[in-house]
Amino acid sequence: MDKVLLLTRREIASYFVSPIAYVAMALFLVITGFFFALSDFRPGAPAAMRSIFDMMMIILVFVLPIITMRALSEEQRSGTIETLLTAPVTDVQVVAAKFLGSWVFFLAVLAPTLLYVVVLAAFGAPDLGPIASGYLGLALLGSAYVAVGLFASSLTKNQVIAAVTGFVILLMLAMVGPWLASLAPPPWRDIVQQAAIRTHYLDFTQGVVDGVHVIYFVVLTVYALFLTVKVLESRRWR
Amino acid sequence: MGAMIEVQNLTKWYGRTLALDQISFTVEEGRIVGFLGPNGAGKSTTLRILTGFMPPTSGQARVAGRDVLAEGLAVRRSIGYMPENVPLYPEMRVDEYLALRAGLKEVPAGKRRAAVDRVVERCWLTDVRRRLVGHLSKGYRQRVGLAEALIADPPVLILDEPTIGLDPAQIQAVRELIRSLGQKHTVLLSSHILPEVERICDHLVIIAQGRIAAAGSVDDLKEGLAEAQRIVLEVHPGTGGDGPAEVARALGQVTGAGEVRREEAGGGWLRLTVQPVGNADLREALHAVVTQRGWRLREMRREAPTLEELYVRITAGEAAADRPAA
Repeated sequence: MDKVLLLTRREIASYFVSPIAYVAMALFLVITGFFFALSDFRPGAPAAMRSIFDMMMIILVFVLPIITMRALSEEQRSGTIETLLTAPVTDVQVVAAKFLGSWVFFLAVLAPTLLYVVVLAAFGAPDLGPIASGYLGLALLGSAYVAVGLFASSLTKNQVIAAVTGFVILLMLAMVGPWLASLAPPPWRDIVQQAAIRTHYLDFTQGVVDGVHVIYFVVLTVYALFLTVKVLESRRWR
Repeated sequence: MGAMIEVQNLTKWYGRTLALDQISFTVEEGRIVGFLGPNGAGKSTTLRILTGFMPPTSGQARVAGRDVLAEGLAVRRSIGYMPENVPLYPEMRVDEYLALRAGLKEVPAGKRRAAVDRVVERCWLTDVRRRLVGHLSKGYRQRVGLAEALIADPPVLILDEPTIGLDPAQIQAVRELIRSLGQKHTVLLSSHILPEVERICDHLVIIAQGRIAAAGSVDDLKEGLAEAQRIVLEVHPGTGGDGPAEVARALGQVTGAGEVRREEAGGGWLRLTVQPVGNADLREALHAVVTQRGWRLREMRREAPTLEELYVRITAGEAAADRPAA
């Protein structure tokens, strides 16, 4: 555990000196700020953040792979993976630290959006329940996206390929899933529907915290991290 | 004194390329052993297997008495490893990086500071300890890599090409540093430059084409070569009518003489090289033949092939073996 925290700290520190992380952060805040101003923060609109929470499901598909793309691919490109994995640490510890580092950085990127809550409170009387559940949903959504992004990053030495692979997997899960469900014949429809991120995410934005949804995101995260560990281990038989 | 590194029948296939072919060698505790071979001979592959970065296809490797596959974590605890080209995180400061590595290598939190101070001083990094690794010159990066390998004071040090890319003064300094480590640590360092290794190490393992070509102490290897000392002499047959072939034949009949090569040395002189069988000293017997036949002799000397020649032969043998395949 000690080693995981050490590596996590290094990971977070490396984000704060990386220009690309700041670009991703700025991109995220500009886009969410734009939509917040346009749809949630208008005269007559309910003092809530529903539409912006909805939007974030899509925006993060593009932002998080940029944040996670270098996590493992850069280690492989520069060769530091060799020093890392020949230290007395396990592959699981390495992946856990990479995940925690990226996820904490994501939460840090999310933190400035709490200002919107303050702004809403200043000009209206927002219902804090759905906002809290919305942030919980975002934290869970982010963990799944980060895990998928890490998996993509473990596959290649090339950051750009890692980012694009991440986009594609997340696009499938977040956007193509619901569309496929509408096309699939009835017995399959439910299965595809249940596999899609949207099905499990939208309830959070409406103030509903359902255990099944929480489990969905936790399982998705753990599964993607499990695959990442397997990819790292595959150097042993490749 | 037991064996710190034991390698037995190690074989590694990369897909359909054979990188290591049943290699075996041991490194005794407290020795500095040079792992010598031309580029692509399988040096880095062997070191990566020893450090647990990749597994062998078959065969066994043990470090400090533990199997690198079955007890990977324990093996990694006992090794300080500097990979080829010294990969480092450019965005970290030298002492931050060393402190991180000390933590990963289980130096207790209270002692990390002291451990960093120790290796910083030992590897002459005091002036740059607050610098970003990414801003360091090649020589300093190399020293950071060495400092990192030493940070947890491991019994075994594995260094892949530790002096490559350094300027002469730095090579000298690194060489002295490694020599000073020999008392407390077992060191296995790879290189493709013989004189480099000869200066640092007292034992050599020479690898070529994924096979061990020679192994032993530098002195033993040299002695083995001394036994193969050949004798070169320059003879003029005079006017007695003995042709060059007759001269070579007569010298070849001396007891203990093996193959005789001859070449023209100009002005009727012949240069003959007599290869002895075993380690007999043939000089007197050869001289006797020359005087008995009434030939003139203007030079006779013994020639021992150098380690350099042996190494060149090993690597050239590889080039020759490559040709028919290509």
